[in-house]
Amino acid sequence: MAVSVAARSTRTAGIAKILRERKPLALGAALLLIIVVLCVFAPLFAPYDPNKLSIANRLIAPGADHLFGTDEFGRDVFARAIYAGRTSLMIGAAATIFASVIGIALGLVAGFFRRTDVVIARVIDAMMAFPDILLAIALVAALGPSAATVIVALGIVYTPRLARIVRASTFVIRELPYVEAARALGVPTWRILYRHVLRNLLSVIMVQATFIFAYAMLAEASLTFLGVGVSPDIPTWGTMISAGRQYVGQADWMTVFPGLAIILSVMSLQLVGDGLRDLLDPRLRKDL
Amino acid sequence: MSATDRTNETLLSVRNLVKTFHIGKGLVQAIAGVSFDVRRGRTTGIVGESGSGKTTIGRCIMRLVEPSGGEALFEGEDLFQASNKRLRDLRKRLQFIFQDPYSSLNPKMKVADIIGEAIDTHRIAKGGARRQMIGDLLERVGLDRDHDRRFPHEFSGGQRQRIGIARALAVQPDLIVADEPISALDVSVQAQILNLFQSLQTELGLTVVFISHDLTVVEYLCDDVVVLYLGRVMESGRAEDIYGNPRHPYTRALLSSSPLPDPERRRERIVLKGDIPSPLAPPSGCVFRTRCPAAIDACAKTVPPIEEVGEHHTVACIRHQDLPAWLPAQNQTKEIA
Amino acid sequence: MTQMNAEPMNPVPASSDAVTLKVTGLRTHFRIGSTIAKAVDDVDLTVRQGKTLAVVGESGSGKSVTSLSIMRLLAPSARIIDGTMTFKRRDGSVVDLARANNRVMRKIRGGEIAMIFQEPMTSLNPLYTVGDQIIEMIRLHETISRADARSRARRMLELVEIASPEQRLDDYPHSMSGGMRQRVMIALALACDPFLLIADEPTTALDVTIQAQILELLRRLQHEMGMSILFVTHNLGVVAEIADDVAVMYAGKVVEQAPVRSLFKMPRHPYTKGLIACIPDPARDRDETGRRRPLSPIPGSVPSVTNLPRGCAYADRCPLTVDKCRVESPPLIAVETLHSTRCWRHEDV
Repeated sequence: MAVSVAARSTRTAGIAKILRERKPLALGAALLLIIVVLCVFAPLFAPYDPNKLSIANRLIAPGADHLFGTDEFGRDVFARAIYAGRTSLMIGAAATIFASVIGIALGLVAGFFRRTDVVIARVIDAMMAFPDILLAIALVAALGPSAATVIVALGIVYTPRLARIVRASTFVIRELPYVEAARALGVPTWRILYRHVLRNLLSVIMVQATFIFAYAMLAEASLTFLGVGVSPDIPTWGTMISAGRQYVGQADWMTVFPGLAIILSVMSLQLVGDGLRDLLDPRLRKDL
Repeated sequence: MSATDRTNETLLSVRNLVKTFHIGKGLVQAIAGVSFDVRRGRTTGIVGESGSGKTTIGRCIMRLVEPSGGEALFEGEDLFQASNKRLRDLRKRLQFIFQDPYSSLNPKMKVADIIGEAIDTHRIAKGGARRQMIGDLLERVGLDRDHDRRFPHEFSGGQRQRIGIARALAVQPDLIVADEPISALDVSVQAQILNLFQSLQTELGLTVVFISHDLTVVEYLCDDVVVLYLGRVMESGRAEDIYGNPRHPYTRALLSSSPLPDPERRRERIVLKGDIPSPLAPPSGCVFRTRCPAAIDACAKTVPPIEEVGEHHTVACIRHQDLPAWLPAQNQTKEIA
Repeated sequence: MTQMNAEPMNPVPASSDAVTLKVTGLRTHFRIGSTIAKAVDDVDLTVRQGKTLAVVGESGSGKSVTSLSIMRLLAPSARIIDGTMTFKRRDGSVVDLARANNRVMRKIRGGEIAMIFQEPMTSLNPLYTVGDQIIEMIRLHETISRADARSRARRMLELVEIASPEQRLDDYPHSMSGGMRQRVMIALALACDPFLLIADEPTTALDVTIQAQILELLRRLQHEMGMSILFVTHNLGVVAEIADDVAVMYAGKVVEQAPVRSLFKMPRHPYTKGLIACIPDPARDRDETGRRRPLSPIPGSVPSVTNLPRGCAYADRCPLTVDKCRVESPPLIAVETLHSTRCWRHEDV
């Protein structure tokens, strides 16, 4: 009996082909990779100590010695930028993980157990009612500015976004015959949720997570700029822009480069998110 | 104990099964009191059209849907009263095969895991023995044992249905409920799966409840037949009696509506008037009376009792004795207008 | 008009029978990304005037795409690459549907060739009443007052045996059952008295007793209106019930075309023969002791139209395959008047 093989089983060949055919996704992924590598391995790439004060070298324009110039204390902007990137990325990632864990949990429970849905759906709606930045400002004002507060605040703000999508998708998947088949086999509920529901939600979650990551980074920068984010002595892209505010017109590179870093990070995340969604969506439909 | 020792013993006895759904503000009785027996080692066909409740019956037996009333005695034990714990054990004895081969297998799981899940849930085998078992099951349903690492989308519809059957067989059930297992397949593939069902029944002594709307298929595969209309049993009996001597006007209409793949032969043509009534507003008395060519006033007044008209042959019609003799498919050299 | 009683004993009718539609060498290809799906790949069909041609095939055979090609209702990704579709119009003129311009096609669609589809749920616009849809259809093809169109619409509903037609005209599709919606579709299709009705699996989604009603209705209407029908289906039983001629399709080609009795009695293609053998037949499948004989299924599955093999597409599954079959695709050979087959070994079938 002939078996019709609809897909090649070699994964790497598949990934290479996908990247070749989908340029925006490839571009976003490459950009993101560069940014992450630069920031995570900042000690390797930083030409100078980001905290080294050098009054003699203050406000030097970008050039051969200092790629991005120096700030008002003579600190190399490039080095500061990539170190700050670590924090910004870390905050973004942490907020995303926070939102994901709680959002997935809420969404799964609400989607799968109909009786809990009545309550949980209302909780999610209530959370969504708050405008992002306002809620973050309120929380930070209440708890004091710190990285942890920002992470919690942003995490709460973005949880409903993910919870709703997980909930809606769970509604659909719950009714599919293969879930019913698992019930008919006597598979325990927790295993059904994990193996059958969650596994089929991963692609949707991944796409949303990249968007949340992007929003979180942007939000952190905004919050810090407004003075209600991370405390100004911790370098993040937001604090750098905030500090450079006074020198606009004089030393634009202090704001431009961190700003560019935010833009590029957010853009690359969006490209990856969009690309993943387009990539996974029709396949999802075909598989379902 | 081999299957032949206990043939014809009743394995499953469904009594007065009722299932009510709440739709908006209305109540729909999808199943309004259905009773039938499933005898060990035989294939019992449940046939009906839309609104007959046949699919819901299968799911109620499996407790995938909770019945509203009635009982299902499986070797003397009422399935509907079983606790969750007891149900888990019972899931080893009763299994289900789904209609759609494209959505009844988790697309993200390899075939080995899909079948393996059944084995793991009931701790039937581990390690090497487990791998062996999965391979054996695949071969038994006509697939290549080396394809267990593949994903469902790499198989055709017919093959996916075979995987679904292998999964059901993994727990070594006594009874399999198959819900329209071939309707979604191409005709040439349907025959393959029918043969598979046949051989499984012979080799394993399986008892099968085969739910279908396709009378030709049921006639071929099933030993006993239950005919449903709007959630009620119209007629039930052995296949040879149902097809050879149908005593209910609905059964006759169903039979005559099934086209024969032979332009030379025609069944006696009974074309029903009107549409199937909505389950939200079933007709009084006999639910079939609105379309029945033999209906009289009395049919609206009482629900016809189930009468025995032969060995294992029951019918729910007050006029079953008045019907003319049933003619088998005729050879035609003229076209009937 | 056709006679209603005695069918001639000799199933080969006179070749002077007029032809409503003749399709020759039709090729319709779809472009999906970088691959080309040859959904219809050299199809020949003949619909005789006043008769029903059943086009039967399984999934991937190209039968639906063929009917959509005739009506020129293809998706933008599809194109008719080759072939002619000669249609004899009401006024006697002949037009090649493959080359007709949009204006001519719009006149023909609905007015001279009508089509009914498989899913009555989605083929009727849920936002308009049934009456409005039929009236719109009529007024698109004829200059006629709204009142006259409405009375014609009512007559059409009567024709398709819908009870209380006057009230039904003001009903919306969602308040009707599947069978009734299909009748409305038929009424809509016949409103302008078309020459040719294309029915694409019209009963597949319906219950079997409703299917019997619809088939009966179509048969009656054909006799009364003298129109030709092209009936697409996958069900050989329906073919035996309703067809005068049959075209069997496989992987984008017509592999056999014959009058219905010849096809079932003496199939000249292994696929046709295999398909007939697949279907349970109570007379054939029980042996003397009454036990079941196994069915003879066709092994394997239908090839994908994006990846057709060289030579005959059926070679992998055919019991009669020889080397020639895998190298050269057989042409359509006439084995008798009106009976043709695409098989090198048709004599051995």
